[in-house]
Amino acid sequence: MADNSIEIRNLYKIFGANGKKYVEAVEKGMSKDELNAKHGHVLGLKDINISMPQAKIQVIMGLSGSGKSTLIRHINRLIEPTVGEVIYQGEDVCKMSESELLEFRRHKTAMVFQKFALLPHRTVINNTLFGLELQGINKKDSEERARHWLNRVGLDGYEDRYPNELSGGMQQRVGLARALTNDADILLMDEAFSALDPLIRNDMQGILLELQEELHKTIVFITHDLDEALRLGDRIAILRDGAVIQQGTGQEIVLNPADEYISDFVKEVNRGRVILVDTIMESGAAGTSNVSVPSGSRLEAAAKLLSESGETSATVVDDKGAVIGSVSMQSTINAMVTPATH
Amino acid sequence: MSIFTEFPEMGRTDLRDLKKGIDEAFRMFTRENGESIENFFYPLLKFLAWFERLIVGTPWPLMILILCALVYAGSRSWGLTVGTLLTLLVIGYLGMWEDTMFTIALISVSTMICIVIGIPLGILMSKSDRTQAIITPILDIMQTIPSFVYLIPILMLLGIGKVPGLIAVCIYAIPPVVRLTNLGIRLVDRDVLEAADAFGASPRQKLFTVQIPLALPNIFAGVNQTIMMALAMVVVAALIGVHGLGQEVLKAVNNQYLALGMMNGLAIVAIAIVFDRVSQKYGKRLQKHSEVIHG
Repeated sequence: MADNSIEIRNLYKIFGANGKKYVEAVEKGMSKDELNAKHGHVLGLKDINISMPQAKIQVIMGLSGSGKSTLIRHINRLIEPTVGEVIYQGEDVCKMSESELLEFRRHKTAMVFQKFALLPHRTVINNTLFGLELQGINKKDSEERARHWLNRVGLDGYEDRYPNELSGGMQQRVGLARALTNDADILLMDEAFSALDPLIRNDMQGILLELQEELHKTIVFITHDLDEALRLGDRIAILRDGAVIQQGTGQEIVLNPADEYISDFVKEVNRGRVILVDTIMESGAAGTSNVSVPSGSRLEAAAKLLSESGETSATVVDDKGAVIGSVSMQSTINAMVTPATH
Repeated sequence: MSIFTEFPEMGRTDLRDLKKGIDEAFRMFTRENGESIENFFYPLLKFLAWFERLIVGTPWPLMILILCALVYAGSRSWGLTVGTLLTLLVIGYLGMWEDTMFTIALISVSTMICIVIGIPLGILMSKSDRTQAIITPILDIMQTIPSFVYLIPILMLLGIGKVPGLIAVCIYAIPPVVRLTNLGIRLVDRDVLEAADAFGASPRQKLFTVQIPLALPNIFAGVNQTIMMALAMVVVAALIGVHGLGQEVLKAVNNQYLALGMMNGLAIVAIAIVFDRVSQKYGKRLQKHSEVIHG
């Protein structure tokens, strides 16, 4: 199988008439404010290096203005970089010709947008098959594939409605179905669930995780919501003022926040849902207990098991059922309530 | 201090020579190119003549049926259809049937020409700010310059007849469709355009699957305005020999026939109202799915 990872290297984006001129100054440490005040250019992204693993969900998190939406638009080159590389299957997206880029966008990527960006004059089914239509696939085949994905996102029976007849959550399901119908290896999701209310957002996250279990696409997911990032992300990169300030798994970020800014962020997080039992267990076959949790479980699951069974400790077993360690009620609760400080 | 009371004009002979020079140059141009320009417009003349014969030659009951069917297809309104039927019957009963058909033929053909030229021009304008900056003042001139002024060169070039009349109508009527096509395409939601880009739409695919369909309500508002302005030119077109209601109005003005003038004038108004309502209703239908329903 082809490698679907994405490699972003030394990417800079400086908005303005003559961005290239100031790359060096920014490399040497000129700040965003200084660049704007002195030269009238806006620093969008600064020395971004991220390896996005294939078949995983890479979350890019940051507050508004951090450059996250700019970053995701470099992957399918909706925005031209000032300097830098975006490598996919050995090829630099930033160096593709116009026609190569069209082919790349048609076959390798699909995108879901914060404001849905559906075509208001087309029915749900005709929105869903939009990508296939651009590829030149005949109507009958594309309708069949579109129907399949509409069914998967739970929109059976809505094929002939127009977007303005649907609620926000349903419109975004159409957006998701449109992206999935394209059958691309890379799925770009730009704050895809941010415009939805919390219950529906939760639903959509569930749908995405469920689909990803069988699809194994390389998903790049942008969000400003840490809980969403931790729930979805296999890997998370945190962006601030156009630069990556920390990247790693959710657990790594919650346990070892790189700076004040991030520790402020992770303070309010439900740690029981992030930290793995493996992190706090005592290794070795020591201790006996009637209950066991599988390796890779979250603390919340272990705590639930312990409190329901009345035991004070549980063994941790790997996927073959062999005991690899144990966790106690005490250490579990400790880890859940003590926030990491920087 | 006469400089403050008398404007420092160009010398009288110089001015006369300047005007004469321009006139002479244009006459030369006419003598040399008149025939080839006339040949260029010949297909248009054939088409207009054919269309007039078709409409005037169709038996009136069949024509009424066709027109009412078109009105219903465009507006989906029985009220408007019945109104059109009664209007046409009254027009025919008052002896204006043939003139009305000539006028409808002129309006239809000039609207078609305006659409065929105007929509591509509007699309071109929407693609670049520079093109827009060049075309906009030209459209301003076309809309504001008194129509008699451009009748002069048209008459010198092509003489009296159907084609110069048609050209005069088009010059006056084309700006709205150009402007609103340009505006409509520029107003297309940027998020939707970005989505089209993200899915790999070529510029051409973007134009035909996203921009034009979404601009259609605006384009249609432009077509509606173009039809109205073409109707406003019917009397001016009559001045240079176009058949129809306009000629009767001219006759009425020249001879002070109040009733004739009123009847033909009102017939023009009636046609205008029917065209306007039908095209507006049709435009509204196009817009239906772009409206946001708040929930």
